[in-house]
Amino acid sequence: MSGFFKSSIGRKVAMALSAFFLMFFLLIHITINLISVFSEDTFNTVSHFMGTNPLIQFGMQPVLIFGVVFHFVLGFVLELKNRKAVGVSYARNNGGANSTWMSRNMVYSGAAILAFIVLHFIDFWIPEINTKYIIGDMSGTMEGVEGFRYYEELKHKFEDPFRVGAYVIAFVFLALHLLHGFTSAFQSMGVTAGRKKGLQNLGKAYSIIIPLGFIFIALYHHFNH
Amino acid sequence: MNLTLKIWRQKGPQDKGRMVDYKVNDISEHMSFLEMMDVLNEQLVNSGDEPVAFDHDCREGICGMCSLYINGQAHGPDRGITTCQLHMRMFNDGDTITIEPFRAKAFPVIKDLVIDRMSFERIQQAGGYISVNTSGNTQDANNIPISKHAADEAMDAAACIGCGACVATCKNSSAMLFVGAKVSQFALLPQGQIEAAERVLNMVAQMDLEGFGNCTNIGACEIECPKGISLDNIARMNRELMKASLK
Ligand code: HEM
Ligand code: SF4
Ligand code: FES
Repeated sequence: MSGFFKSSIGRKVAMALSAFFLMFFLLIHITINLISVFSEDTFNTVSHFMGTNPLIQFGMQPVLIFGVVFHFVLGFVLELKNRKAVGVSYARNNGGANSTWMSRNMVYSGAAILAFIVLHFIDFWIPEINTKYIIGDMSGTMEGVEGFRYYEELKHKFEDPFRVGAYVIAFVFLALHLLHGFTSAFQSMGVTAGRKKGLQNLGKAYSIIIPLGFIFIALYHHFNH
Repeated sequence: MNLTLKIWRQKGPQDKGRMVDYKVNDISEHMSFLEMMDVLNEQLVNSGDEPVAFDHDCREGICGMCSLYINGQAHGPDRGITTCQLHMRMFNDGDTITIEPFRAKAFPVIKDLVIDRMSFERIQQAGGYISVNTSGNTQDANNIPISKHAADEAMDAAACIGCGACVATCKNSSAMLFVGAKVSQFALLPQGQIEAAERVLNMVAQMDLEGFGNCTNIGACEIECPKGISLDNIARMNRELMKASLK
């Protein structure tokens, strides 16, 4: 079995498995974010639970971080190996004649998402970790705010038009990444994705609706406060 | 029609190589692309120059020898054909046509447009066969019942002529369409299933050893393949390898 993951196909499968995990995580993430549009209180309660529950903090969170790092590191490694496999490049190459832009530029859409993830960590994750584990304040409250602080912080973050702009652009890249990635991951797992219309449509729906949802939430908070 | 050709010239494996411009005149639109190349070479020989080396054999789309990356596409701008089946009517008078060898680390250039595709042969030798006794007491293949569906799919996979267009067109220089077809044509049939596990393990290992890239499911290979080999064969190879590795 260890030989399997050293083979080219094994690496494809590892890439696909990490991608499935990330796509599942995005579903959870958007569900929680959507709550912020409907109910401030519920959003606060759920955020506090996610932020302080030990199973999530010390069980799920490390798995997630590992998943993200694993995915982009392997993505970059495979890209480098593939470039080496090409050697001399063509003087004239008409890639558009037989493939989509998305499929040829996964590493660039991926790099854009990575840049976003870094920004996102600086925005939300590092301050949270700092408050909770460095300062040691697990109360989830903040001076000058009644009840939990999460919704207040969210509102505050989305005041800045540049941040909102960056988020919107990043999610466009996520959509491009997924428009190829969704069916690609199934194909890597041995499912003949190209012949299954239902799967292709599900992929298109996921790749467009999820990023659009994140964009909607960011714009909603920007224009509503 | 009159054409300008930009052709890759390379004296030998060690030479760095470069693009060289040529002019050919009075090309008939009914000519095949290789006949147009013949006209150019005659012209070069007559003027005492070295003719352009390019591969060809059957000139009817079955041997897979003719390669050529024409105007940025393997086997040129038409679909479902090899270069020998490409006609000059696909081009217009006054066109500039870029002609390069198939590119991949695992397909080194021997001379000009001729490449070494022995890496494909070595992958075949690693497992692209079935071990049957052919010493006169061979059983009639029709004695083994095979579903029509499996027989058709195996036949479709067996249509691969090993031309290498899939590798040439792939941005990763991946050989997975070729290997997928060769694995599938046997995996689908009872005669091939006995050695299925070691076949896929050995062929994929050889493919990796030859330095082909890793498939990212772009699908350009399927579109450029002259024989319409489908991506399903890559998915099947992935399944076969997973199955074999779990054993
Ligand atoms: C952290 C930044 C990211 C980078 C640098 C990155 C990079 C890549 C690269 C280079 C590939 C192509 C590799 C291949 O097909 O073999 C890929 C595939 C993929 N990525 Fe990402 N990615 C990132 C984030 C994400 C995220 C957040 C998701 C989804 C939630 C995602 C979903 C996918 C999917 C579904 C595939 C296709 C997997 C396959 O073909 O088997 N990626 N990624
Ligand atoms: S799969 Fe198609 S493109 Fe690739 S070697 Fe076989 S016939 Fe040529
Ligand atoms: S020369 Fe045989 S396929 Fe073109």
